[in-house]
This record gives sequence, C-alpha cells and structure tokens, in this order.
Amino acid sequence: MAVISISNVVKKYKDFVALNGVNLEIKQGECLGLLGPNGAGKTTLIRMITGSSPLTEGEVSVGGMDIKTSERQIKALIGIVPQLDNLDPDLNVIGNLLTFSRYFNIPHKEAKKRSTEVLQLVGLENRPKSNLGELSGGMKRRLMIARGLINRPRILILDEPTVGLDPQAKHLVWHKLRELRNSGVTLVLCTQVMEEAAELADRVAIMDKGSIICLAPPAELVVQNVGRTVWEIEPEDGHREPIIKALEQRRVEFDEGPGKITTYHVNDADAFKGLAIATGKLKQRPATLEDVFLKLTGRALIE
Amino acid sequence: MKWPSWRFIRVWQRNRDVFLKLWPSEVTGFVVEPLVLLLAMGFGLGAYVGMVNGQEYIEFVAPGIIASYAMFSASFECTYGSYLRMSYQRTFDAIIATPVNVEDVITGEIFWGATRSMLTGTVILIVATAFGLAESSWALLIPLLAFLQGLMFSSIALTFTAIIPSIHSFNHYFSLFISPMFFFSGVFFPLDSFPDIVQRLSWIAPLTSAVKLIRACFNGEFHPDIWLALGLIALITLVFFVASLVLMRRKLIV
Ligand SMILES: Nc1ncnc2c1ncn2[C@@H]1O[C@H](COP(=O)(O)OP(=O)(O)O)[C@@H](O)[C@H]1O
Ligand SMILES: [Mg+2]
Repeated sequence: MAVISISNVVKKYKDFVALNGVNLEIKQGECLGLLGPNGAGKTTLIRMITGSSPLTEGEVSVGGMDIKTSERQIKALIGIVPQLDNLDPDLNVIGNLLTFSRYFNIPHKEAKKRSTEVLQLVGLENRPKSNLGELSGGMKRRLMIARGLINRPRILILDEPTVGLDPQAKHLVWHKLRELRNSGVTLVLCTQVMEEAAELADRVAIMDKGSIICLAPPAELVVQNVGRTVWEIEPEDGHREPIIKALEQRRVEFDEGPGKITTYHVNDADAFKGLAIATGKLKQRPATLEDVFLKLTGRALIE
Repeated sequence: MKWPSWRFIRVWQRNRDVFLKLWPSEVTGFVVEPLVLLLAMGFGLGAYVGMVNGQEYIEFVAPGIIASYAMFSASFECTYGSYLRMSYQRTFDAIIATPVNVEDVITGEIFWGATRSMLTGTVILIVATAFGLAESSWALLIPLLAFLQGLMFSSIALTFTAIIPSIHSFNHYFSLFISPMFFFSGVFFPLDSFPDIVQRLSWIAPLTSAVKLIRACFNGEFHPDIWLALGLIALITLVFFVASLVLMRRKLIV
C-alpha cells in the first residue's frame, strides 16, 4: 500500500523547472533511496511532501491525506532530518528535544520520557545537558535524527543524513536507520552516497534534472543497467581514439570518464581482443550502484 | 491568507525559555540604560528645565522613557532577534516542518516581542514608582499598555524583517524610523514646542500615541485624544500584523 503518493508533480521557481512531472509511490514500511547529483531536485521533492513548499502542479498525498488541505495533520505524521543543520543553538541537547515536543503538542511528562528514549536510540544518552557548541558534527546529526523521531513518526524523511560524518559515525547512523526500518517506519532517504543507498534501500529512485529516471531495487538496477561486472580501460596516449572506434564497431556499451573508459554488459575479456591496451591497463571489477548512477546521470562534472 | 492558531504559544514558550537562560546578558540594554537616562535627564536636565506642563520634568519624562524603551525592546527582538532565528539559525524552518505553521511562528514572535516590551516597561515603572514619580493608580495599566504597543512595534518590525535583503538594512530601520520617533514623539519635550509640520508628522508616529497613553495613566490626567491614540495603535497593529503574516509566508514558503 502506498503511504506517500506523488503524481505529476511540477515545481517551478519563477521560470526554473526544479521538478518536471514526478510520479512516485512510496510503500508502507519500505526504505526508498532517492539518488541524484546536486541540483537534481531531491530536496525540492522532499519539501513537496512536507508542505514546506507549494506545488506548482500535481498532487501529493500522505497517509491518504492531500497535502493541500491537510498540511498540519501530515506534518504531525512525519519526522524530518533536513539537509542543513537547523538545531536550536540557543537550547541544549535535551532542550532541543523538549521544545520540539511542544511543537507537536506532546505533554511535558511524555516528552521527557520520549527524549530520554530517542537520545538512547542515537547513543547520546550521556549528553542531555551539553550545549550544541560542544557536539561534534556526527553528534549533531544524530541529535537531528533523535529530534526527527520525537513525534514517533510513521514516516521518516532524511536528506543526506551522513554528509560530513566520519566512517564510524556513518555506520552508527546506518545501523540506527536499519533498526528503524525493521521496526516498521517508512524511510525516505535522500543521498549522494551510493553505498548508503545500496546498504539501506529496498528500492532506489535515481533523479536527474527534475525527473525520476529509474526506480527499482538496487541489485536489479545494477544488473539491468550495467551488468554484473564492469571493465575499466586506461588507454595510453594516442590509443584512445582507436579503442573507442573499435568498441563502437563491436557494439560494446561504454562511457568515457576522466582518464578511463568504462564498459557495461561485458562478460569476458574476449570483447577486447586485439585492442591496443597495455598490460595492466584493463581491469575487471563487480558493478555497483555507482556505475549505474554515473551511466545514467553522466560521468562529466555537473555544476 | 491564513490565520494563526493557538499553536503560536509554542513559539512564545520557546523564546521565553531562551530568555530565561540568557537574560543576564540583556539586562544592561533594557534596564540599566533607561534608568540611567531617567536619572540623568530627570535630575540633570530637569534642574534647568524646571516645570513642564505644570509638573516636575522628571515626572514628565518618566512615562516617555517607559514608552520608548518598550518600543526598543519589541523592535530589537523582532528585527535582529527574529532575523537571526530565521536566517542564521534556521529555527523558523525547523518549526514549520512541525504542525506549527508560519503564521503561528510569526504570531509567537510578535507576542514575545510584546512580552519583552511589557517586561521593560514594568521594570522602569517599578523604579519610577520607588522614586515616588507615579501618582495615579491608573499606572497599574501601564504594563498592559506597554504590551499593546509592543504588539504594534513587533508587527511593524517583522513586516520589515520579511522584506529586507540583508541584516544590514536594519541600520536604516533604526536610524530613519525608530531614532527619530524617540526624539519627536513627545518623550523629552511637549509636542507643541515643535514647528507645525513636525507636530503633524509626529501625530501619526506610532510612538506618539503610546507616549500619550502611558503618560495619561502615569499622571492620571486624561485628555479625550487618548481614545484616538488607542484607536490609532489598534489600526496600525492590525495592518502590520496582517502584512507580516502575508509577507512572511511569501518569504518562507517558496
Ligand atoms: N528557493 C529556490 N529558489 C530558486 N531555485 C531553487 C530554490 N531551491 C532550489 N532551487 C533550485 O532547484 C534545483 C533543485 O535543487 P534541490 O532540490 O536542492 O536539489 P538537490 O537536493 O537534488 O541537490 C537546483 O537547481 C536549485 O538551484
Ligand atoms: Mg539537496
């Protein structure tokens, strides 16, 4: 059953089209990964779901309610961990949670109980009295997650939750998110970290230039788009053009990245027989979600 | 436009909690400064000026200082204070992702600004009373009046906060609007000592009405134009309250 349903959503900022007819159904209890390069429209799409930004066209419903008419009720159901830190720096750790509870109209006693609970969940139970200035980046992120859970949301939306975290903190956050998903919370996870999506998401939607260009479980996306293995060729000076010509003749699917040619759907080295590739300059490795991402959104740098 | 709900209280509570934590750092501006001014002007200048409108100068100037510092309190809170919360701390963004809407946030800010006005006005009133300056029991109404004028100045300030491009624009707000009112609204000298044109401009300046009302209650002398002053405050408050709600939604929900 779809808990969030997005149909034909268009969002324009003045003349700029940030979302160009997005359709997406997010199922109850799943973790949906939303991938896309900078400026693809991930944050904008989230803002449509949470009523932080009006739709130009189309419809969004959450838990069967229309965002246009039931904004408040929808916001009460959702937890949000935004991309930018907007914790309240005038309040300490526990103050942030208690104050946030009040916005949801949670009675004080209950709020205290829940605050302790969520701090424990994110491993900050020893820091309730800390000022925000004393927290590391990773602790602040975890506090944002704790804050996003204070209303016991059925849906938790996270916008790049592990940006800037060290590996330990990142794995801790992933672990917490997995626990949440296992407890039945629907997760919408915006990210640019492919590993994160591969680890956590049941399905992945890749966005580019305001549209969703594909949607499937991560393993399927990999097999369908690039095959199980990719080969990387590092051509020597002057050999690049002939290699590319030969690959085109042999109908091998490939992409040109900086310094490298990456081929898709190639199963064995026979495909490269007779090409002027120096020894050690042809490598095989298992395909990843990152290859899909780069293939679909382009290997060139996007500004 | 959308109207606010009772949830604005939540935002007021948030600001109150922060104030209770940080107030010692704000005491100088809103308690010490007006009291120094009251004593310096009242006793220093008062010795030269003698009687004004048939009363001691310090009795004349005290209610004016209450009204102007009530104005300053709301104005600082809803310009620099609100702007910091909105733009630098992104506190408004965080709040409007909860069941609290933009209109509730803005209303909470306005009521908090008014609360600051009331606190400031009350402190100065208490000191003035301790010096034996307030003569009328009508003075008990002054905290309420300070609150009302605080609603007005907070609404004006937030309207301005909603439209400015950067925090530096508040310099203009204070030097072109707030400071002139401080000097031309009958705080330090009766309005009739000014040229005709200034008197007319002064008549519509929001602070003038506030000074009239607070002075009337302070001295217990009522002229019929206090009703006009009250009406003017109500009108200005309503206009800018609505403007701040509309403009803030337009600014924050894009
Ligand atoms: N408030 C805004 N006004 C104008 N353009 C915006 C605004 N917010 C985002 N955009 C533009 O919309 C596009 C999508 O942005 P965003 O949703 O933040 O992308 P992502 O989160 O995928 O990096 C970007 O090109 C961005 O510059
Ligand atoms: Mg983003």
